[in-house]
This record gives sequence, structure tokens and C-alpha cells, in this order.
Amino acid sequence: MGLYDIAFYIISAITVLAAVGVVAARNPVHAVLFLILAFFNAAGLMVLMGAEFLAMLLVVVYVGAVAVLFLFVVMMLDVDFVRLRQGFAQYLPAGLVGAIVLLVEMLVVTQAAKDIRQPMVAELRHPENVRAIGYELYTDYAFYFQACGIILLIAMIGAIVLTLRHHPNVRRQNIARQVGRRREDSMEIVSVKTGSGVEE
Amino acid sequence: MAALLLEYLPIVVFMALATILGLGFILAAAIVAPSNPDAEKVSAYECGFNAFDDARMKFDVRFYLVAILFIIFDLEVAFLFPWATSLMDMPKDVSIFAFWSMMVFLGVLTVGFVYEWKKGALEWE
Repeated sequence: MGLYDIAFYIISAITVLAAVGVVAARNPVHAVLFLILAFFNAAGLMVLMGAEFLAMLLVVVYVGAVAVLFLFVVMMLDVDFVRLRQGFAQYLPAGLVGAIVLLVEMLVVTQAAKDIRQPMVAELRHPENVRAIGYELYTDYAFYFQACGIILLIAMIGAIVLTLRHHPNVRRQNIARQVGRRREDSMEIVSVKTGSGVEE
Repeated sequence: MAALLLEYLPIVVFMALATILGLGFILAAAIVAPSNPDAEKVSAYECGFNAFDDARMKFDVRFYLVAILFIIFDLEVAFLFPWATSLMDMPKDVSIFAFWSMMVFLGVLTVGFVYEWKKGALEWE
């Protein structure tokens, strides 16, 4: 067993334990933290496979952003711990069916993968990870790349349409008006005679 | 493969140090520190008065919107990395195509950016 194998077994063991933790944790916030641990270790597995750029992306995007979203959702849910634990038996059959289907699928895939003699990763035009992706993504796969852009646009517009509500009667700062305001617009200098006061 | 893993040795060392330090502080606090709990000490503390209610409450969905918009631009930047590193090494005609490919991508996302700016999604009320 070489260094590589030891690293693989440690990282994948932590990944599996963290995944179990996600399901088993009572507190949803702890579940999200376990999920973050699983993300980190999945990134480690990707590094072991040689996909360094994807590993870094996993950390930046999933740990840095998606996990934060999950935490937001968990906190926004206004979780009632007692109610959360109800209905476990009720959902158990459906969950078991899903798990069994997934298990069978994975077994089939691993069986099929034994027959394939090709490497999992396509031949790369450049040994460096980031550059190899760059060479392929923006040239041969330009259409998929543009499709990514359009999906991101849809996500952006969808999020705004679904969640943005303007409250009426909110006084916002109008910076242009504020800066454009001059002394003459709002001030008047009056010389007042002693004892006579100022008329409105 | 071993050469690749050796490049990650500093990260492994760093993580080992972080783990040891983190566990060390927790264990030291558990062993060394006096533990003498009482109801007032362990209850939630809010400066100067009793806590009103649970920390878990519904908060404005705007936080969520800002997070989603952040993720989208995060991904946009992620797409820029391989582009920026590989563009100069490509053959001339390919690199021109790759350049405009990215410009179209950025243009599409700029449409979304203008939309959210005009909608006021970035403003706080």
C-alpha cells in the first residue's frame, strides 16, 4: 500500500462518515457542517484523481457559497425539532426504495466499468489541469459554455423574480439628489431686527 | 502520482497542525479549566437583559437573494480562471475564438447584472 492508497482510504473514510453524519445528525445545522466536511473530502478525492482545478472549484463554490445557502435555508426554516422527528416511519418505505434503486444502479455501473479498458478521463492536450480545461472548454465545447451562461442568467432572473418584493413607503437614499443639493435650495439668510422675529 | 501528492504536502502539514491545535485547545479547556455550571452561567446571554426568544427565527429572504446572486458571480469568475491561463498559449485563430466565446458569456451575464441592478435587487431597504 503506497502513499496514494493510504491517502485515498483516509479521505474516503472521512467522506463516508461525514455523509452518514449528514443523515444522522439531529440538529440540521450540524448536518450542514457535516456536509461541508464531506465537500472538503470530496475535493481531496478529486485531487487524488488529478483533477486539481475541479477540487479547488468544489471548495470555492460548494463550501464557500452553496453551504452558506444551505445554512441560510436551515436557519430560515424556523425548525421545530420535535415535529422534525415525526413521520420517520411514514417516509421510511419511500426512502428505502430510493436507496435500493440507487444501490442497484451503482452496482450496475461498477460492473459495467470493469469491462471498459479506457481511462475514465479523456486524453488531455495539456498536462496542466487548468490549461487542459481551458483548451477544451472555450473552443470545442463553446456551445455548452454558452449554455452555462444562459443557465446562470436564468438562475439570476429566477431568484430575483421569486424573492424580490419591494416594500412600499420605504424612503431610500437618493445619492444624486443628495449630492446635487445646493445651499440656495434649502437655506435662506435673513437679517432679523432686534425684537421683531421672522415671518414665515 | 507521488510527485503530485508531494506538492500537497504543505497542505497536509497545515491541516495536521490545525487539527492538533484545535483538538488541543478543546481538550485543554475540558481538562484544565474549572467547570462549575449553574443555570445562570449556561443560559443564553444577551447583553444586559434576559433573552427574548430563540435565536432561530425567520429572517428576510433578501439575505438569501444576495447569497444566490453571489454564487452566480462566483461561478462566472470560476469560468474566467481556465480562460485566463490558457488563452495566451493557444494558436492565434483558436485564441480569438476562445476570446469572443468568453465575451459572449460575459455579455449574457451582464444582461442579468443590468436587470438586477435596475430591479434594485442589490439595494437594501
